Amino acid sequence: MSFMPVILWTDALIFALLAGVLALIWFIRRHDHLRAPWVVVAQRPMAMGAALVLGAFAVTGLLDSLHYRERLPDSQAGKPQYSVEVMSVFDALVSGLRTRQEKTYSGPLAIQLYAMEFVERNGVAVRDYPRLQYGGAHLQHAEERRADIARRTLAGAAQGALASLLLFAGLVAWQARRLKLPVGTWLARWRQGSLNWPARTLVGMMALMLMLGGAMAQLASGYHVLGTDKVGQDVLYISLKSIRTGLVIGTLTTLVTLPLAIGLGIVAGYFRGWVDDVIQYIYTVLNSIPGVLLIAAAVLIVQVYIESNPERFDTAAARADIRLLALCLIMGMTSWTGLARLLRGESLKLRTLDYVEAARAFGVSNARIISRHIFPNVFHLVLIAVVMDFSGLVLAEAVLSYVGVGVDPSMYSWGNMINGARLELAREPAVWWQLGAAFAFMFALVLAANLFADGVRDAFDPRLGGRR
Amino acid sequence: MKPLLRVEGLVTEIGHDAAALRVVDGVSFHVAAGETYALLGESGCGKSMTALSLMRLLPDGGRIAAGTVHLDGQDVLALPERDMRRVRGGGMAMIFQEPMLALNPVVKVGHQIVEALVLHQGLSGRVASEAACGLLDSVGVPDALRRLDSYPFELSGGLRQRAMIAMALAGQPRLLIADEPTTALDVTIQAQVLDVLRHLRTERRMGMLLITHDLGVVAENADRVGVMYAGELLEEGARDAFFAAPQHPYSRMLFAALPHGLLPSRAQEPVADGSPLGRPGDGARLTTIPGQVPKPGDRIRGCRFAPRCPFAIARCRDQSPDWQVINDQRVRCHLAGMLPPLNARGVTTPAHSIQAAQALLQVDGLKVHFPIRRGFIQRSVGYVRAVDDVTLSIQQGRTLALVGESGCGKTTVGKALLRLIEPTAGSIVLGGESITARNASTLRRQAQMVFQDPFSSLNPRMRVADILLEGMDALGVGAANQRRDAVALLLRQVGLPDDAGGRYPHAFSGGQRQRIAIARALAVSPRLVICDEPTSALDVSVQAQILNLLKDLQDSLGLAYLFITHNLAVVDYLAHEVAVMYLGRIVEQGPATAVLRAPRHPYTQALVNAVPRIEPPAGQRIVRLAGDQPSPLNPPNGCHFHPRCPHANETCRQIYPDQTVVGSGHWARCHWVAAQGQALPVRSPN
Repeated sequence: MSFMPVILWTDALIFALLAGVLALIWFIRRHDHLRAPWVVVAQRPMAMGAALVLGAFAVTGLLDSLHYRERLPDSQAGKPQYSVEVMSVFDALVSGLRTRQEKTYSGPLAIQLYAMEFVERNGVAVRDYPRLQYGGAHLQHAEERRADIARRTLAGAAQGALASLLLFAGLVAWQARRLKLPVGTWLARWRQGSLNWPARTLVGMMALMLMLGGAMAQLASGYHVLGTDKVGQDVLYISLKSIRTGLVIGTLTTLVTLPLAIGLGIVAGYFRGWVDDVIQYIYTVLNSIPGVLLIAAAVLIVQVYIESNPERFDTAAARADIRLLALCLIMGMTSWTGLARLLRGESLKLRTLDYVEAARAFGVSNARIISRHIFPNVFHLVLIAVVMDFSGLVLAEAVLSYVGVGVDPSMYSWGNMINGARLELAREPAVWWQLGAAFAFMFALVLAANLFADGVRDAFDPRLGGRR
Repeated sequence: MKPLLRVEGLVTEIGHDAAALRVVDGVSFHVAAGETYALLGESGCGKSMTALSLMRLLPDGGRIAAGTVHLDGQDVLALPERDMRRVRGGGMAMIFQEPMLALNPVVKVGHQIVEALVLHQGLSGRVASEAACGLLDSVGVPDALRRLDSYPFELSGGLRQRAMIAMALAGQPRLLIADEPTTALDVTIQAQVLDVLRHLRTERRMGMLLITHDLGVVAENADRVGVMYAGELLEEGARDAFFAAPQHPYSRMLFAALPHGLLPSRAQEPVADGSPLGRPGDGARLTTIPGQVPKPGDRIRGCRFAPRCPFAIARCRDQSPDWQVINDQRVRCHLAGMLPPLNARGVTTPAHSIQAAQALLQVDGLKVHFPIRRGFIQRSVGYVRAVDDVTLSIQQGRTLALVGESGCGKTTVGKALLRLIEPTAGSIVLGGESITARNASTLRRQAQMVFQDPFSSLNPRMRVADILLEGMDALGVGAANQRRDAVALLLRQVGLPDDAGGRYPHAFSGGQRQRIAIARALAVSPRLVICDEPTSALDVSVQAQILNLLKDLQDSLGLAYLFITHNLAVVDYLAHEVAVMYLGRIVEQGPATAVLRAPRHPYTQALVNAVPRIEPPAGQRIVRLAGDQPSPLNPPNGCHFHPRCPHANETCRQIYPDQTVVGSGHWARCHWVAAQGQALPVRSPN
């Protein structure tokens, strides 16, 4: 075998989460009352457009979670040796971006370095901006750059448009056959927007994303689209790699939050009395300790643990990963209180409802009442909270890494990018592209998550009448 | 007489274009000054929407699609919003159903009234607060000056509703719109508030638009009546003509569906005739209106009522009827004037005799005290005596009604019997077996409960079949593989379609949900069913269906009911025996005929008296109770009822009365009754 699969802790958890989500989708599809609000979500153009963007992020993150170590070329057949560098499928797909490393900073789509150096020109050492090793290396003259960029952009966009046309044709054929409609009728309905799902928005969004992706791909093969950072790494590559970090923080943290919030919240509200008192004291105390302090302490502990047990972590990636996991854990431990409080209140209300009384009149056990009567009726709140918290957690990671208590400095993350760009902003002219790229990616992800969360909340909120 | 309010062809829609729901469809009527016009209808018929359209206060998405509204000759719908604000409150004012929701809970009552005065009369400072005090006084709030400084939560429901009325009067409106003004109130308080409204109308010569579902309230208060159904006005006429001869089949069936056993004609029956085993309502089934009130979204061709009308002919189903005038009445029915005369419901003798069985349930000295905890270590500083020494017995196949105003502890009794609330003291013997916390599952096999609100008593996330199976599973009733068949049988028993089991509760209407709730209670084949106001959340026509069902089930299964209610008409129809509760204690108990026809305790008398009648009781002295029920936290000394009792004397203030037997199985706890010297006080009735 030419590689050895590596399953990091977070990888395992992410795929477990994916399996959980798929199981949940399967479960929801089989229950009408659970499916109904999702049908409403699926009919909202804004939510579905956002979901498409989220999907693109998620696919990138998932590809980036399939890790492996390459076999060293000079290792013996019987006793294979593997590279210490942990790669992912995503790395392999965009290997060009990863390997084409420059010396130091260069601007977006630049063909020269950002700093002056002595270069030898016709035997004379001149102080000048040297040409980049990879960015625009195919150009003979600097003047061709503009035309080349335009050509590549157009070609990429055209490829994207072509791909989306093909996809659309496939969709039309499939849908028309499924609904047993003539293609023309389906197209007319699509144009009027009278299908029962937001097909126009989705098709438009898909085309836009494909065209953007095509243009990016074309440009990236010859340039550093978003420039390079201090050590000459492609900023686009870093930004893309950061997606996984953001997603891990956003999703795994909720995985830690949920059992605590649901369990303690419902138990406190349902049993009341001293149970309620104890749980309330716990979360009041937890809430009154500054979160950053707890996080900093926990990260320090993990750091010490890693350093005192080096034999447990064979690669740098494993070390960074365990720190990421620890961050998720501690953020989860500090952020369950809000949801728990909400669920406690809701359970307090539900326990007095007649159907719970009726169940008690039958002598149904508490565990069964909670699982059959209380939990299903607070589930929509859990869902709304999860979707809403996601964006907050992604942003929290950025802030924590900026403060220095976030993920491992060697890990690609938007927080680390911002942290790295912090000092360079003072340069004249400023190095803005690192910050800009982190901002743009984070903005796209958080905006999409928020728009989607909005759609979910509207569909699940009984006051807006979406439920019945 | 020039009308004060004239509404012509009002059409109100909610939603847009194709999806628009016509909640009000071509309603025309007029109200003269000093007149009360009652809009009568079941829930969802569009009566509140009509009122909101008049005020132009429609909810989001609602709009007036057609029609005109003239108030004193001024076109209200054409006014710009700026002027409309002066009309609201100044021209017409509105009183809402739920006074707690209509008053701002964090602003003192006085401020809220003064605010209206400042807005509409330009008063300020001292003058305004004096005017506010005067207004509160005029709506009969005792100690008005002190009440100005109260927050809404410090007032009882009746006082809150009066404060609302005072606020509405602040703008000196010419028209008062009262949207179910007394539905949320107890019957004795309702009588007080209706008195206030009647008094104000004559004093200020206001027009009044009274919106209600209660025929009794209409009969006592309205001058003219309009019956609404599914967004349309079906019938209109002067009160006397309408109540003498309702013309529309719907109006007629509303009358028939009402359990009006308290008609004065029957009240004059000699008490002795009521056999101790029968009940007043025996033999007469309520007429029910089949089906449900159509939803605003349902498109119905022809007459709206045709699908539920027993007289409907082919023409009704595709041609909407026009107004037909009969004497003083207008009616929209193709068959107007051709219907057979309204037949008086005959009182037949009970068709079946019930065996005198021994007591199925015997409760002695039941007490439920809730501790009031204060302070850091939650020490109890006192007790709310929600139920204080209640003794009851119910025989197999019989119905005991527990009657009382809200807060008297009747629901607590029901829950304590099922040990949903742990009783503080007392013994419960069910079917000869003493029930303690240890053998609670025996209790649960034999006694079950049907709750008041069919919307909160069914878990919206469970299928009907699972809801019905829950009790059987929990108590291990029957073999597991036969339970599915049992579900089908139960559904048939309560008159639900066979496929109901696979659906979720939200697919059913209120009446159907209550049937599901009854089926759930029956699933474990109990011998006693505790019904906690099972029909108070339902419309009149649906209420009749449920009452008939309960009666049928009792006859076929020999169930005993503990029927908890505040609705005396329902008691009259269903109960064999009645126990009247006041402040945690039973003050009068006896056979239904005796208690309802010849009440002895002053409280029972007032309760029976306060029920709005369709035909006013002739020659009977009206007893109106003053004040509110005291708090069970701090009950008055002596007889709990003495602060409100017209006959109270010094003894009443000091000594709690013993039972006085006044007839066979009929007793009351009252010094006044005892002093009338008709019977000797007996310490132990059973």
